[in-house]
Amino acid sequence: MNAPEPKGSFKQVGTRPIRPDGVEKVTGKAIFGTDYKAANMLHGAIVRCPHPHARIKSIDTSKAEAVPGVKAVVTGADFPAIDDVMVRTGEVASSTLDLAINIMAKDTAYYDGHAVAAIAALTRQAAIEAARLIEVDYEVLPHVIDINDAFAADAPKIKESIETAGLAEGEEGRPNASLKFPSVKGDPDAAMAGAAHKVSGHYSLKPVHQGYIEPHAAVATWKADGKLDIWCSSQGAFDVRGLTAGVLHLDIGSIRVMPLEIGGGFGGKTTIYLEPVAALLSKKSGRPVRFVMTREEVFRATGPAAGGEIDITLGADADGNIVAADIEFQYSSGAFAGADTWAGVMHSVNHYAIENFKVVGWNVLCNMPKHAAYRAPGAPQINFAVESAVNDLADKMGMDPIDLRLKNAVKPGATGPMGNQLGEIGLVECLEAAKAHPHYSAPLGPNQARGVACGSWMNYGGPSTAAVSLADDGSVLVTEGNPDIGGSRASMALMAAETFGIPYEKVSVTIADTSSIGYSMVTGGSRTTYATGIAVIEASKGVIEILRDRAAKMWECDVSEVEWGEGEAICTGGENKGKTFPLTEIAAKAGATGGPIAFENGVNPLQHLPGYGVHICDVEVDKETGNVSIARYTAVQDVGKAIHPSYVEGQMQGGAVQGIGWALNEAYIYNKDGRLDNAGFLDYRIPVASDMPMIDTVMVEKANPGHPYGVKGVGEVPIVPPLAAVGTAVSRAVGKPMRSLPITPDKVQASLNGG
Amino acid sequence: MSRIHVTTTVNGDAREYLCSPNQTLLDALRDELGMTGSKEGCGSGDCGACTVVLDGEMVCSCLVLAGEAEGRRVDTIEGVAEGSDLHPVQQKFLENAALQCGFCTPGFIVASKALLEKNPNPTETEVRYWLAGNLCRCTGYDKIVRAVMDAAAELRQERTAA
Repeated sequence: MNAPEPKGSFKQVGTRPIRPDGVEKVTGKAIFGTDYKAANMLHGAIVRCPHPHARIKSIDTSKAEAVPGVKAVVTGADFPAIDDVMVRTGEVASSTLDLAINIMAKDTAYYDGHAVAAIAALTRQAAIEAARLIEVDYEVLPHVIDINDAFAADAPKIKESIETAGLAEGEEGRPNASLKFPSVKGDPDAAMAGAAHKVSGHYSLKPVHQGYIEPHAAVATWKADGKLDIWCSSQGAFDVRGLTAGVLHLDIGSIRVMPLEIGGGFGGKTTIYLEPVAALLSKKSGRPVRFVMTREEVFRATGPAAGGEIDITLGADADGNIVAADIEFQYSSGAFAGADTWAGVMHSVNHYAIENFKVVGWNVLCNMPKHAAYRAPGAPQINFAVESAVNDLADKMGMDPIDLRLKNAVKPGATGPMGNQLGEIGLVECLEAAKAHPHYSAPLGPNQARGVACGSWMNYGGPSTAAVSLADDGSVLVTEGNPDIGGSRASMALMAAETFGIPYEKVSVTIADTSSIGYSMVTGGSRTTYATGIAVIEASKGVIEILRDRAAKMWECDVSEVEWGEGEAICTGGENKGKTFPLTEIAAKAGATGGPIAFENGVNPLQHLPGYGVHICDVEVDKETGNVSIARYTAVQDVGKAIHPSYVEGQMQGGAVQGIGWALNEAYIYNKDGRLDNAGFLDYRIPVASDMPMIDTVMVEKANPGHPYGVKGVGEVPIVPPLAAVGTAVSRAVGKPMRSLPITPDKVQASLNGG
Repeated sequence: MSRIHVTTTVNGDAREYLCSPNQTLLDALRDELGMTGSKEGCGSGDCGACTVVLDGEMVCSCLVLAGEAEGRRVDTIEGVAEGSDLHPVQQKFLENAALQCGFCTPGFIVASKALLEKNPNPTETEVRYWLAGNLCRCTGYDKIVRAVMDAAAELRQERTAA
């Protein structure tokens, strides 16, 4: 009666209005992380280790400090003693032990690009020139970069402290393995032995970068009262605050982080690199300090997603029921322990109803930058192996690959194979929609072939805060704490407008700094529209309760006799029965009825549901050059309810193209000296407009009953299926399995020539 | 290092700045003139986020020295809208949801406007190749290409009507 219930027909949700921040962003006025300037600020530059692994014997900063205009220098010695503080970031707790060392090396540098010193000067040019004068005496140590080399039992250990967690009693670890994570169900050995059909393969993937176009940037000012202000773009200002507090041993309340517009993140801006460095230089110099990374620094010192080596065997009965899976894989996490191995295990076969499996994941350290989350972190790699193997199985059995998947797909229910909640999931509907799509049965041209794959992401909810207040004229002001990385202001405004029953244009949305609203977890994990959406809806409902109360006062009736309709209070009893007060009128009289109208609340919803996608890819192979082009691409996804369908389609298209880039172009390439050879967009080639066709999208809307408007979360899923969809299509076009990404022209050509 | 005095025209306005001999036009626009609409995504001419028009030619302003703008005309994202009236390319980017994070958007809009001034009726392939020097990591390009095609159609209609 008083609150909007789940309903099939919406007035605002599902429409496609222009985003509130759109005009600022098409006119160049929006202030991104790289654009912010503080009065009287200094410019920072970072000295980075040119070796993949080196002991720092000494650092002489005297020549640099003598350069005119240099105001402060810091090295690892200026940072607080390293200790192990756990700070929540994203979906896991992150140790500030690793984070602090990654931000500024102490006694050892672990990768090419690892920060070893930093300078603040009057101009950026002066800072860069002074940085060249810092003399670091290195003792170069043995390095290991390739994941197979790093995993070897006799590999040089990159850190003495590495111990393999998760081993069985008496089991030996590996020198560089920080984790072995097994997940076993049923009796996989017996089931595999009895399988009528088996397929096996080894799959390899290189580390790739998130590739956001905006480099990392931060401005920090350490004020005279000991408080710290930070301006930066990130996926979560609250976690920038928490992590900075952890690294610098400060009270959280002494730091205020002002979120600037963010130029892409994809998981890579859920952590910090520059903020504590700028803070310490500001403390030393007494002036604000600004850092903006170069693109080379972004590649050498931030990101990448894990590379992987994966062995897989699948077994099916004579009817195509997958009866067993045996998977063992290694993910690389750079020079520090990572979190993707767990996610890799959890997302391996959780889209299939398999009774018997053994999935073992290893996390392996190597002399590369500290890995960072990248869209559905940990899922695309394992999915590449699983979905390619499923396609092999379909080929072997002469079955249609979608029919094979329909036979094995998880269906709505309580618990999935990995123990996660499934609920009202839509994988079967997605597979059926893909099969019915004209693309799936369209004829192929010469040298073309088709691949199909499906994939999932568990999605997330978690803590978010939102406030809603009314202005005297009835304007609805939503304040929240999640950076808008792809149109979320529009989604929040639509959900608030729907809840109040007012036009979208009456709602404005502000993303507040960390001292102006309660905690919200990062914009990531496909959680924002779901969890922060619930916070906005709940805050709107809180305001509606106040509005009903004020209307009851004006009607001099009991609040139980006031209902909330579309943008108005309706009197349901007494002498004023049938009368209405529009929101604007109640707002105008707020001063006389009890004062300002506002409501803030924090939520921690966990009724999120996994999302599923099915992608169809046609490739065309140039048999002369080995070049692969994408001829046609269709992405089908269970999106729950699309709040703003255009931005949901955008997530599906963008994720698909990132996956295509991973499959065909992208890789970290190191030379024999352990230095990154392709630290720029010319040599690390992300897809460009001329590489791509239109990306057709089919949104399957199977509402999540755990969200008032049915939201499930959409951002991660679309990067999961493309690797196998593209890989399978190329394999079919060349007639040989292509199991090592990226599938570059030289690999295709070698395969065509019998290699 | 002595600074160079530059007199130039930016979006139709006479402007002056002092720059270092090795400073880029992008840095001069952003740091000397405070026009931060043009973005630096790479500094090496690979991403196109700094795209401006110099005497009618589309360039990456990170590859042009600030001193080279002397006596020339620079058109940037800040000059695409006329006052508060958006250019059709900007309007169509909004209507088509052709931006997600929005960081590459100024470069795409300047480049798209330059395309439509040269070629009012581009094919999808022509749009894709013209914009191949502008990187977008968020959208997969689909909605960007649609926005440019839509803007082209609207501009053609405006011309016919006029």
